[in-house]
Amino acid sequence: MRYVIIGNSAAAVGAIEAIRRYDQDNPITLIADEPHPTYSRPLITYLLGGLVSEERMLYRPPDFYQQYEVEPMLRVWVVQVEPQERELTLAGGGTLSYDKLLISTGGVPFVPSVPGGDLEGIFTFTRWDDARRMRHFIEAYGVQRALVVGGGFIGLKTTEGLLAQGIRVTIIELADGILSASFDRTASHLAEAILRREGVEVRTGTTVQEIIGRVGKVGHVILQEGERLECDLLVFAIGVRPNTALVSQEAGIATNRGILVDDQMRTTAPDVYAAGDVVEALDMLLGVRRTIAIWPLAYRQGYVAGCNMAGAEREYEGGLPMNSVEVCGVPTEMVGTPTLRRRGTKSWRSSTGRRWRTRSWCCGTSGWWGPSSSATLTGRVFTPA
Amino acid sequence: MKRIYVNEEYCIGCRLCEIHCLVQHSRSKKIIKAFKEEMPRALPRVLVEEEGALSFAMQCRHCAEAPCIKACITVAIHRDDLTGAILCDEEKCVGCWMCIMVCPFGAIRRNVEGRKAISKCDLCYVEETPVCVAHCPNEALVYEEREV
Repeated sequence: MRYVIIGNSAAAVGAIEAIRRYDQDNPITLIADEPHPTYSRPLITYLLGGLVSEERMLYRPPDFYQQYEVEPMLRVWVVQVEPQERELTLAGGGTLSYDKLLISTGGVPFVPSVPGGDLEGIFTFTRWDDARRMRHFIEAYGVQRALVVGGGFIGLKTTEGLLAQGIRVTIIELADGILSASFDRTASHLAEAILRREGVEVRTGTTVQEIIGRVGKVGHVILQEGERLECDLLVFAIGVRPNTALVSQEAGIATNRGILVDDQMRTTAPDVYAAGDVVEALDMLLGVRRTIAIWPLAYRQGYVAGCNMAGAEREYEGGLPMNSVEVCGVPTEMVGTPTLRRRGTKSWRSSTGRRWRTRSWCCGTSGWWGPSSSATLTGRVFTPA
Repeated sequence: MKRIYVNEEYCIGCRLCEIHCLVQHSRSKKIIKAFKEEMPRALPRVLVEEEGALSFAMQCRHCAEAPCIKACITVAIHRDDLTGAILCDEEKCVGCWMCIMVCPFGAIRRNVEGRKAISKCDLCYVEETPVCVAHCPNEALVYEEREV
């Protein structure tokens, strides 16, 4: 029996560690399009800012594949999954057969189609090579002003990395506040004030309409209202969508925005599992299935998938959105689902029928935990209603 | 593995565990120096929770399936092969605070000493018995092996 895993990040590592816990014999093949051994994707913003070295990027020791007896196939692209033949079609025409398959292809950054979008100096920022390319670009052209489109977690993390390089950053956010999908209005305003204090310009309620080049590179952008903003570098950090390119409904793998999975992380095709940012799994707060693209849940889902692939039954108990980002030295964390529609709390009914109130919050400089903490709590999390 | 357990019926909330923990994790390991001279002061890695007559000391549970290990983006948080304790490699920690976010017990704090590293119970790695247990006047804290 052969296990095949597509992807090389948190979910894949979770699955490998789970499979080897129950099955030390059968071969595992790992396929990934990136050339790097498994690395910590969230660290790319720290790499950009020069806060970690390239050697520190690895998520597991260099001998991880040998130790877990995994055959890595790096720089290999999968074109199509064929559940009927239990086969993968690879780029270049080859095929690879499997007995149990895990799809953990993660997300792909969303790039809007904007005139001038093919100019040099426009980046998305989700991969190790993105960080390398961006650093080279910054050094080669002496970038001084950057534009980050999107005020979500990736946008803010990117901003942090760029600030560490001494670059002036402007954030363009379409919603009426940054981190609007994660923070309530109070926390969002706090974060915005902190950014402004550090010299970051924050524009909300607008977006980039056109990018104008200067000798082939980004020169300036035109905003929705016709305003012109100079920049040497532009980062699209609007969000990621599940990378479902290699599965199809016709092949019997049901997808919505992401791949649909049950509580064992099984897709609708036999012996095909999926985990991580590519799936729609249970949100335990809302009781619905949706993509929650965060690192800890990807590992957890991968681990559950791995257990079930190896025959040890395990259920995914669901997850909830949470994230942690430092805004110019002020750490913030959010858990749950906020509301921007009205002040105060929002109540949800969980799948068990219990009512909860949730709010996001922001914290001060000395940590949030403990009675002596000087944290600025802007809300409580999960108060039973 | 041996873990720290609490008998909350004996805990009177004296917070000696916090004091001894702080001293143990200070640079000098001397009580007066730790409180009066070493600034910023070391953090206790145990915290007494209190409500009315109920109180108990809370520190890292060293979970069997630890959410902090899975959430750590730099692999700084790891399980020690020898003791089973969950430790943080301060050299690797970049201070993303994911562990603080996922810890179900609120047992991890930011290290205020300026370093981007977390502060958590290490079961007093070099000691036979963790100092909070050794100095608990009522034996409200015990260090023992139990079936999980």
